[in-house]
Amino acid sequence: MTLTETPKAIAGASTFVDDRLGAGPFLKRNLRKIFPDHWSFLLGEIALYSFILLLLTGTFLTFWFRPSMGDVVYNGSYAPLQGVEMSEAYASTLHISFDVRGGLLIRQMHHWAAIMFIAGMMAHALRVFFTGAYRKPREFNYLIGVILLTLALFEGLTGYSLPDDLLSGAGLRITEGVILSIPLVGTYIMTFLFGGEYPGDDIISRFYTIHILLIPGILLALITAHLILMWVQKHTQQAGPGRTEHNVVGAPFYPAFMAKAGAYTLFTFAVITLLATFAQINPIWLFGPYTPADISAGSQPDFYMGFLEGSLRLMPAWEINVWGHTLPMSVLIPALVPLGIVMTGLALYPFLEQWVTGDRREHHMADRPRNNPHRTAIGITAVTFYGLLWLLGANDEISANFKIPLYVTTIVGRFLIILGPVLAYWITYRICIGLQRRDGELLSHGVESGVIKRLPHGEYIEVHSPPAHDLAEHIRGARKAIPAIDAAPDADGIPPKTARGPLGKLRTMMSKTYASAVLPLEDGHGNGHHADGEHAAVGAGEQKELH
Amino acid sequence: MIGTGISVNSITAKRRHPLARFAVVALALGILGGGYALTTPTGGTADAAVASGRADDVSEGRNLFVAHCASCHGWNAEGTAKAPTLVGVGAAAVDFQVSSGRMPAADAGAQVPRKPLAPWVTPATTAQLAAYIQSLGGGPTVPSKEQVNPAMGDAAKGGELFRANCIQCHNFVGAGGALTYGKYAPSLNEATDAQIYEAMVTGPQAMPVFNDATITPDEKRDMIAYITGVRSQVDPGGSGLGRIGPVTEGLVGWIVGLSLLILAAIWITAKKRQTS
Repeated sequence: MTLTETPKAIAGASTFVDDRLGAGPFLKRNLRKIFPDHWSFLLGEIALYSFILLLLTGTFLTFWFRPSMGDVVYNGSYAPLQGVEMSEAYASTLHISFDVRGGLLIRQMHHWAAIMFIAGMMAHALRVFFTGAYRKPREFNYLIGVILLTLALFEGLTGYSLPDDLLSGAGLRITEGVILSIPLVGTYIMTFLFGGEYPGDDIISRFYTIHILLIPGILLALITAHLILMWVQKHTQQAGPGRTEHNVVGAPFYPAFMAKAGAYTLFTFAVITLLATFAQINPIWLFGPYTPADISAGSQPDFYMGFLEGSLRLMPAWEINVWGHTLPMSVLIPALVPLGIVMTGLALYPFLEQWVTGDRREHHMADRPRNNPHRTAIGITAVTFYGLLWLLGANDEISANFKIPLYVTTIVGRFLIILGPVLAYWITYRICIGLQRRDGELLSHGVESGVIKRLPHGEYIEVHSPPAHDLAEHIRGARKAIPAIDAAPDADGIPPKTARGPLGKLRTMMSKTYASAVLPLEDGHGNGHHADGEHAAVGAGEQKELH
Repeated sequence: MIGTGISVNSITAKRRHPLARFAVVALALGILGGGYALTTPTGGTADAAVASGRADDVSEGRNLFVAHCASCHGWNAEGTAKAPTLVGVGAAAVDFQVSSGRMPAADAGAQVPRKPLAPWVTPATTAQLAAYIQSLGGGPTVPSKEQVNPAMGDAAKGGELFRANCIQCHNFVGAGGALTYGKYAPSLNEATDAQIYEAMVTGPQAMPVFNDATITPDEKRDMIAYITGVRSQVDPGGSGLGRIGPVTEGLVGWIVGLSLLILAAIWITAKKRQTS
């Protein structure tokens, strides 16, 4: 589509607004904003639209939910709990589920939307990480994203604790334990948060305020900032024909991208509604009301808290007693260390990478993960670490359903959590290098055509045809050398200041390793025929020598 | 005495021994107590069995025992290194273990699993075997139909007891869970009303005993009402996803939800493949 003329719909609407507000040029400019097009660029939108649905369904739920721990005797329509004492919060959640029209559907949509909100954020974060979309000038927006993800975890925790059912009570108990394990101030914080002894009478109403007001407010503000920054800084794009660091190739916001975003909103709503209709989630009536004395086998948190559950289950028993104080390391370490490694690591990575590569340039082109093998390997290592913890958070279900003794899962897990990431790093690195070689081969020898040719002297060859133009451009455009810091010694043989000392030497070493993982692209002419290909290869070699 | 080589005088002499009166008292007590112990229970059971025409059950049961159980439990159910004694476990234990297919055990693992019944196991043969074991040393008996009738129980009250006593191993809907050293709490979905009751009174394998002093027979019936009621309940929210909680929910969210949304994203950003 050409953009030389303003479409009528834009011109009409903007004239109307412009005559009254003088906002025409602003609208004209922004409605024609260009967005690049790739499916992976929509992953963040899953989270955005899930968030909208969370606000809508959450508002509906507040009309009936009573955030109170006051005792009531249930007399609603769920027979197996009639006459049972429970908190008002639990009773009102049962009321929403069984006695409010559409209540169960909305409750399930709210919970599924929460799952998709965080799953969408994680998928989006992985896309951003592996394509290097966090690089200058987008570091701030990336940090906002990390904060959003962290806040979402707490939003989820406070949310699933609200119904005051037995399963969420187990999570609340662990939360209490973690707070208590904090040295010196743990007891005070716990007493302050719970308003006295566990579980007290206050935690549900406090979580309610945090869940429906405080965190959503911050989330909303940060999401807005996230989107505005994305809009102003423009979206990254993948390498391809005509794409440079200084342009954006894609479709204008109006009408193309707006239609796509609108459609994707509806797709997201549809998938969540579909899940809420056909898959039961958080059946609190089966769990029963919370009493601190009861606990169920297979008590698990929602998936995004699973890695913390796993680290707690893997940790060997260890506590330190000093001056009459107990430091429960078996709670403190699993609660803080993995969260610290994953979230702090995520937040610091852009700056560490800049420090290692010395790269202060702006980047608007998305990297292909294979073209930065060390980054990709680091990412997969973190994913493996996180994934193993997440998996082992469900070790009792694995044990019960796959008939593996429970302690075997724990002990194997303790080894895997160290070995798995190491192995993942190496395997990922090798795969990246392999894929880089394959790209080079594709460009120099072309695509296998499936045509077998017999040469006059009897040799059989397969004819290779040249790769499609856009594919070749994509491969070529994305293969860029990774810069390394300049650590070469000067004329007197003295290395620059930055490369001195143990830290400097480490930095130099890492920088070299990081940069050396990109293979030069042996770009032949890619014109298929074996005989010609050989010829071309010789030609290319000669050309190289000349330079 | 003639033929024993012991003179009457020596007996008389021993009669006068200072410890003789203690020996006589001990002997008398022994005969009295031993005789009482031997005659009373066996006599009672035998009488009852004869009166109800079940004396045959006991002998039939013994035959079944010898054929199918004795190799591990010993010829007189006295137990061996491989398996415990069955004296005193009661008919309820036999009925639970045999009717659920756990016994005869296939192999000695950490825990004997429920399995399809052996060809010879029928309600009649199970009852005969149970009668034989019951005849050895009493123990909990098979509950009556009324004792385990869920319709007569209070499910809500049973639910509270179930949550307080059972779910830490069996999970909140009785889906089962893992225990240590390869043991596990089995799913309660296949257990019959009587089996649930019998498991509580006999404490099979890793399970503790919940005797009638801990949980009264009426309360047991309430719990049976809750367990069977909840497991037959149609999940109001759609598929129950195995009713094991958030693990399967997370899997569905990622595998179904995210996959569908990614497919949708691929669809709406799809490029034209042909040049027009």
